[in-house]
Amino acid sequence: MLQVRDLKTYLYLKRGVVKAVDGVSFDLASGETLGLIGESGSGKTMMGLSLLGLPPKPAGRIVAGSIKLDGRELVGLDEEVLSREVRGRQIAMISQDPMTSLNPVFTVGDQVAAPIRAHHLAGERSAIDMAVAELDRVRVPSARERAGDYPHQFSGGMRQRVVAAMAIACRPRLLIADEPTSALDVTIQVQFMDLIEKIQADTGAGILFITHDLGVAASLCHRIAVMYAGRIVEMAGVDRLYSDPQHPYTQGLLDSVPILGRRQKRLKSILGSPPDPLSPPGGCAFHPRCPHAMEVCRQQVPPTVAMSDGGHVACWLKVDSTA
Amino acid sequence: MVEALSYLSRFGIKVLHRNKVSSGFPYVASLVLALVVISALFGPWIAPYQATSISLADAMTPPAWLDGGSAAHLLGTDNLGRDILSRIIAGARVSTVVAFYAIVLSGLIGTGLGMAAGYFGGIVDAVISRIIDTQMAVPSIPLAMLFAAVLPPGEAMVIFIIVLSYWTWYARIVRGEVLSLRERDFIALAKVAGVGTPTIFVRHLAPNLLNTLLVLATLQFGSVIVFEAGLSFLGLGIQPPQVSWGGMLSDGRNFIEVAWWLITMPGLAIMAACLASNLLGDWLRDTFDPLRRQVF
Amino acid sequence: MARYITKRALQGLIAIFGALLIVFVAQRLSGDPVALMLPMDASEADFAAMREALGLDKPLLVQFAIFLGNALTGDFGQSYQWNAPAMGLLIDRLPATLELAMAGLFFAVLLAVPLGVFSAVHRGGWVDRSAKIFAMLGQAVPGFWIGLLLILFIAVELQWLPAYGRGTPAHLVLPAIALGWYPVAAMTRTLRSSMLDVLESDYVRMERAIGLPERTIIWRYALRNAAVPLVTMVGVYFANMLGGAFVIEVVFAWPGVGRTVVDAVFARDFPVVQAGVMLSAVVFVVMNLLVDLSYGFIDPRIRRG
Repeated sequence: MLQVRDLKTYLYLKRGVVKAVDGVSFDLASGETLGLIGESGSGKTMMGLSLLGLPPKPAGRIVAGSIKLDGRELVGLDEEVLSREVRGRQIAMISQDPMTSLNPVFTVGDQVAAPIRAHHLAGERSAIDMAVAELDRVRVPSARERAGDYPHQFSGGMRQRVVAAMAIACRPRLLIADEPTSALDVTIQVQFMDLIEKIQADTGAGILFITHDLGVAASLCHRIAVMYAGRIVEMAGVDRLYSDPQHPYTQGLLDSVPILGRRQKRLKSILGSPPDPLSPPGGCAFHPRCPHAMEVCRQQVPPTVAMSDGGHVACWLKVDSTA
Repeated sequence: MVEALSYLSRFGIKVLHRNKVSSGFPYVASLVLALVVISALFGPWIAPYQATSISLADAMTPPAWLDGGSAAHLLGTDNLGRDILSRIIAGARVSTVVAFYAIVLSGLIGTGLGMAAGYFGGIVDAVISRIIDTQMAVPSIPLAMLFAAVLPPGEAMVIFIIVLSYWTWYARIVRGEVLSLRERDFIALAKVAGVGTPTIFVRHLAPNLLNTLLVLATLQFGSVIVFEAGLSFLGLGIQPPQVSWGGMLSDGRNFIEVAWWLITMPGLAIMAACLASNLLGDWLRDTFDPLRRQVF
Repeated sequence: MARYITKRALQGLIAIFGALLIVFVAQRLSGDPVALMLPMDASEADFAAMREALGLDKPLLVQFAIFLGNALTGDFGQSYQWNAPAMGLLIDRLPATLELAMAGLFFAVLLAVPLGVFSAVHRGGWVDRSAKIFAMLGQAVPGFWIGLLLILFIAVELQWLPAYGRGTPAHLVLPAIALGWYPVAAMTRTLRSSMLDVLESDYVRMERAIGLPERTIIWRYALRNAAVPLVTMVGVYFANMLGGAFVIEVVFAWPGVGRTVVDAVFARDFPVVQAGVMLSAVVFVVMNLLVDLSYGFIDPRIRRG
């Protein structure tokens, strides 16, 4: 359904260029959930915004690559066409902070009805009815009464449900969930992830689940892509990735957090700090922190090596072992 | 998104550079202000004529570049043949003198009360804050009317009226600054060391307020000039024969249909002085205190 | 909210009391009012009788109490010029001032909203840059001088619109522009900066992500958020204008409160001046309260908090 090829999104700032997304490729099928994992600054959020054609203005721009949704090329589409036919209609997003993602001076019902109205799926009157149905679907209790309330009258978890209702109101083919649970309490998190699974079962949407939380990703995703400094360094099915990580960075990530059902010797954090986005290290961007760094890692960007299980990894260590 | 931006900001990178901080030093504005001050100090020596000397033969001469204009009167003359340029130079004196005293006095009163309110807090703060609130609830122009009706007109009255409405600005801002300064270590240390309150005020608080006060005073210079011009225009401020820009506008108003320069020239002088003080004030503010710009 | 409003109302009352105190003190400064009211050749007995009639022979505190009592009923004495109740005289002039204030504000908002929004949306564009220059001028050029220039060019040179007096809607245009001149500049800058904040907010990003047209986002969803500080300004300016647009009213010979008070100052008609000051103080306090209340309608978060 979704094919992303060699996508590059750069931020042109006064002090230089940040290659936020630097040649990312992946596929995503209907009904599939792909986890996009990385530290903050790895470019995963910018990846999600790029799919919507919404890199932050005026600094951000998609400079190269292709995004195809059901065969239609989205890169280079007119801003107005994107608004009318793609955003909210075919691709929608649940953003990370429910506290700030809703307009404080409009009722929740109005905001959920907004995409329905904008995409002409219903007239004014029935748009509200549909909005109420969506709020009901995301299990906002007594949805009809609460549709007239303002965001500040909802709890954080409920607000995130409202955001989800806005996102799925037009039955998008692709749902981007950008850290949708990071601002929520743990119990609310679990409820919300159940909800996302239910939404997927109901609508058959493909989900790009952006997170830095390996545990959350493990419970929800079919496949995982690990991002570092604007590139995908490893992609694999969720079982293989957690049981047998190939990239040193993935290994480091898995060793640094406790994950339910995974045997770990002891936790240790990755050495060093994330790269300066304005001047990332040459060669493999991870080499200054990598315990296995070799001379070639400093010189050249590693190629992407296909794995037997259908995943792939970008690391010089694997080039040698498979060559 | 928020996270991504805060990540970038860790490296000191601003994604959304919105307001251009501090631009270059405003040379033109400073030059204009210098001209105003020089005119105020040395007016009688640089003006081509005496501002009040009447010459009916030369009445209503248009500015030099117009038909009927004369190089002897660059900006023309008024209905009594008085030279406009000389009168504008003379008017600069009143504007500057009034602005100077008004700003110094309201600055002293406002700073004193603001420091007291911020430093002592409690009942002192409550009383002073209420006075400020009250003062701000009475619009300044009606208040000016009230005192214009009971006090003898002239420079002293204009200064009094301006101080009456302007001191609150200093008091409010100084109070806020002192409230935050009070919590800082060096004040606490001074207190522990047994330094007396007057010394703390003069030696420790005042120097830290200097930048703020300078910015505010510069910004107010223009605003005071406009205020004084308004009063004098109404006939409630500076009284003839003393020359003021507002008074010139008021005189010229009667001849608006025959001599456009009579109301245009003094207005341009007011505009230039006010614009210059605003530009210089903005620059000072951006330079001294780029982060706390919303205060003004 | 209710507590906040109560607190503000109390502050307002204190402010009005303060204004009364100032007015009373100023009245004492004005010298002997009796001297103004009686003919030059009046006898000492006439003076004493008049003082007693006016209550001027009583202790100062008692006089203040009497003054307060009268003030509460809107009684500031008789106008010497018109021989009519001073406050009533001003209330009669209020419609003219109200008309001018509303027109001036309408002009200001009409210009400031599109200018502010366009400046923010096309930041750094030519509208933004011109609006910035315009705003600088707006703050440096006194409105009454703009009024004089308008009279000079529009009324005298081009003869398009009348310059003086009140009557037809055409009479309203020039004074309204002169009066709205300063607020336009201030409002444009305020709206621009609040709009910029809103346009960078997460909810506007969300609105973009669900495919709302940019026009709808800006004019329907973002503007209402960005307009909150604007409402304060509208309220404050309106209050200032209602208290009398003194200089503008004089420039355009507009028969409103402001001009009446200025005339009264010249005529030493002190009761009218007092009534004028109190009228503006009360209007100012009431308008500020209304502004506080109006936040609740624009921003539902405040309604409960």
